[in-house]
Amino acid sequence: MNESHLMSHEQHNTSRRGLRLEAKKLSKSYGARQVLQQANLNIAPGEFVAIVGRSGCGKSTLLRLIAGLEPASEGSLRIDGQRASGLRDDIRIMFQDSRLLPWRRVIDNVALGLPESQRAAAAQVLAQVGLGERLTDWPAKLSGGQRQRVALARALVHKPRLLLLDEPLGALDALTRIEMHALIEQLWRDSGFTAVLVTHDVQEAVALADRVILIEDGAVSLDERIDLPRPRARGDARFAALEKRILDRVLQHPPEDFAANDEVWPPTPAHGLRWAI
Amino acid sequence: MSLSKLWNRFLPWLVPLVLIVVWQWAASSGWISVRVLPAPSAVAEAAWTLTASGELTKHVQISAVRALLGLAVGGGLGLVLGLLTGSFRWAETLLDSSIQMVRNIPALALIPLVILWFGIDEVAKLFLIAVAVFFPIYINTFHGIKNVDPGLIEMGRTYGLSRWGLYRHIILPGAMSSILVGLRFALGLMWVILIVAETISAQAGIGYLTMNAREFLQTDVVLVGILLYALLGKLADVFAKSLERHWLRWHPGYQ
Repeated sequence: MNESHLMSHEQHNTSRRGLRLEAKKLSKSYGARQVLQQANLNIAPGEFVAIVGRSGCGKSTLLRLIAGLEPASEGSLRIDGQRASGLRDDIRIMFQDSRLLPWRRVIDNVALGLPESQRAAAAQVLAQVGLGERLTDWPAKLSGGQRQRVALARALVHKPRLLLLDEPLGALDALTRIEMHALIEQLWRDSGFTAVLVTHDVQEAVALADRVILIEDGAVSLDERIDLPRPRARGDARFAALEKRILDRVLQHPPEDFAANDEVWPPTPAHGLRWAI
Repeated sequence: MSLSKLWNRFLPWLVPLVLIVVWQWAASSGWISVRVLPAPSAVAEAAWTLTASGELTKHVQISAVRALLGLAVGGGLGLVLGLLTGSFRWAETLLDSSIQMVRNIPALALIPLVILWFGIDEVAKLFLIAVAVFFPIYINTFHGIKNVDPGLIEMGRTYGLSRWGLYRHIILPGAMSSILVGLRFALGLMWVILIVAETISAQAGIGYLTMNAREFLQTDVVLVGILLYALLGKLADVFAKSLERHWLRWHPGYQ
């Protein structure tokens, strides 16, 4: 009773929940390879921004810089006015692969890093993403979409003020994606965090975002506001026109010749060597 | 349905049973000399006599304590060093190449040296077992840690886990299946080395029992000893498997 009262109180203050993000001339290079080149980006508190672009354009790198997983080579990144330095408690990231710990049950995955007293909160968030019945299942028993729901719950239970989504739906089938879009949108509207979604799916970007940003050659080359009312209908003529315009713009640019993979770190280890005696 | 289930439970026992029946028949019809291979009934009788006199329990106990003590010392050391070299680059650089070099020496090749150092004492046997079980546990622990998905570690870092938290929740459970493979190899080796060490020189233990019986041409007692090793080896395997079932119960392969 008391808790639900607190929740609704928080929801009233949604505008204060989100983090502000300012990137100025942000650059990142790995050795001789320049991945981000003086990217400029401003994101308002509570805004939902989608970053699109071809593989290797630097969009995932930008997300990793914002997450504090890596330092920028040059330029400044300010989060809520403060210089960004390393990982933060109020930023959570959701990866393309769910990255659930296979040896922990669903509820324990969500409660990872939380004190024991917060387990009830973990169960509550799982119920919010529609998995309230699967608390004690092993991740191996879940479908791909369910795993991403658990990953989403794991991110949200920390009440982040900035949620980073690194192509979280890339591996899911079309129907599951549409369901996940609705879920993410609803949770974002309820909690008021700032959301940055990296995706290569322009339709997904138009469906979810307040603004769609295109990154080419490591810099922002298009910044399109999506003024469609929510929830957005995919069949809508304005939706389709926006989607086509952005997609055409993406396709204008020739594919990058070097990089099929913008994930430089972490490296994958040599696989499965085992020795007997 | 339940009949076919029963049949399936029984099926693995069919071959051993047939073998024993044939063996019994061959021995009691005089086909095989009792000196070469006494009848299963005679072996069972010898086992019973030895158990009744308390001799068998004493020898099994001594052998088991030796084996487990050696495993604890060697395996424990292998686990700790494997965790160390797997987790810290400096430890890997410092130790791993030396350990890989020593690994290629078969433990049994150390017997002359061990006798010179420790005599034919209890310490010599423990040392041999410890050396033998060290390597499979060390190497599998090391590789288990190296093979933990770096994506999971990165996730743990972004979710605010401390170094110890990362270790406890991600690295150690991730390496566990590999560590258990090492343990199973080690358990197999443990018995091999124990047998050799006990037949070389011992005043007690299953090896001593069989060597002693050989002197007095008690083939039935020798067979009891050999079957005991088989039984203990199987027990160790069952133990390792139950550990796997417990610790790897999240794994679809163990459900």
